[in-house]
Amino acid sequence: MCLGVPGRVLEVEGLVATVDFWGLRRQVRLDVVDEPVRPGDYVLNHVGFAIRRIPAEEIQETLSLYEELLRAGESDMMAADVRGEIEASSESAAGGEADA
Amino acid sequence: MPDKRVRSSANELKFRDPSQARALAERLADLCAEVGREPISLMHVCGTHEQAIAKYGLRTILPKSLDLIMGPGCPVCVTDMPEVDEAVVLAEDGALIATYGDMLRVPGTAKSLADAQAEGARVEVVYSAAQAVDLARSTQQEVVFFASGFETTAVATAAVALQDDLPPNFSILSAHKYVPPAMEIVAQIPATRVEGFVAAGHAATITGWGIFEPFVERYQIPVVVAGFEPLDILAALVRLVELIRDGTPAVSNMYPRCVTREGNRVALEQMWKVFRTAGGRWRGIADVPDGNLRLRPEFGHLDARLKFDIDMQRLWQLAPSALAERCICGAIMSGLASPSDCELFGKECDPENPVGACMVSSEGTCKIWYQYGGRPDL
Repeated sequence: MCLGVPGRVLEVEGLVATVDFWGLRRQVRLDVVDEPVRPGDYVLNHVGFAIRRIPAEEIQETLSLYEELLRAGESDMMAADVRGEIEASSESAAGGEADA
Repeated sequence: MPDKRVRSSANELKFRDPSQARALAERLADLCAEVGREPISLMHVCGTHEQAIAKYGLRTILPKSLDLIMGPGCPVCVTDMPEVDEAVVLAEDGALIATYGDMLRVPGTAKSLADAQAEGARVEVVYSAAQAVDLARSTQQEVVFFASGFETTAVATAAVALQDDLPPNFSILSAHKYVPPAMEIVAQIPATRVEGFVAAGHAATITGWGIFEPFVERYQIPVVVAGFEPLDILAALVRLVELIRDGTPAVSNMYPRCVTREGNRVALEQMWKVFRTAGGRWRGIADVPDGNLRLRPEFGHLDARLKFDIDMQRLWQLAPSALAERCICGAIMSGLASPSDCELFGKECDPENPVGACMVSSEGTCKIWYQYGGRPDL
């Protein structure tokens, strides 16, 4: 419940971004992110909210841990937490106007 | 009873860069030798750190003189029984409780939310506060979001509380916890003898690393902010022992790609607009002044504690489980004991039948050690 997960922003509409998580398109809220977010940016997401825009030069470094975790089996606890975080970015976030 | 532990991927030393890991481990051994006394106790305060430490078997490559312990880093685990009792009473009285999955089986005084659910109460698992609002929009029933988590998660609850079109049947029962005051409490437990703290990277993304400066000043204990890769954690340990060896307590940010000095100002502004700190018990540890986040009076219309008359007396008349009295979760979260010191661990207490909260949550020390193994026998 403390692990944020990075994803790539595809679209921004108001306070809702459509974010790609390794092929899964999800809605993430932008209420608390501290920098303007544009398509192509990577954001760190936690329980359905972007909490940081990750600097471009740091993205590969950040992604690699998650990519390794997601290769782990279904029963792996860290992998399950990462998948849970992606689930938090719901297909129809509250107040979201964008298409799922 | 046989030990049922399944170590799905225990102690698999898998690093992206094994040579870098070895170099860091050697550096750590040299530094510990230079410090020249033992044990050197370092504490981290994050369930995800413990997952990474256990999953990658980091303790197998640490010098013997280094004791790396998990402190109160699991928000679900430190949620006190009366807070669970409040949610159970609300559920039994007809509200729909929406909460994060880990909260379901956390024991209250007499029962958990899962027990209440089995008896017919409505309890729904959500991944996000926003999903709890969606639930309220889809029903006439009162929906109470039982909100747990540290500041990382509290900012999401705050953002939802600040939305201006919330349905009238939505309210919040806050069990949010605020980490920095708890570090002070643990630092003051004489038997713990923590000489350095590893701070949780994503909580610090919100608070900023500057928040630890007064702590370092007051307790003369260094704090290093760390990311979640095995190499991030090893590098943070090296930095901590350097600071200990040099006798120069300071805050060091080893996770600059996610953490700045001032943190996320937008998120902090929203969090403090909605929440105030309040003293209260962290389960099994102590009363932590300012360790809880409660809704401010301006958000009273969203506060389940004000909206409903929550009578917990009927639960408190029921007898607590006899096993629960033998649970040592509190000592584990204070850094005074390990899961392997507990006579229930892996026997009467396992993830299927958890006795204490530390075996419930994926951030709890006991559940993590159960899955990955903990301190390896060397």
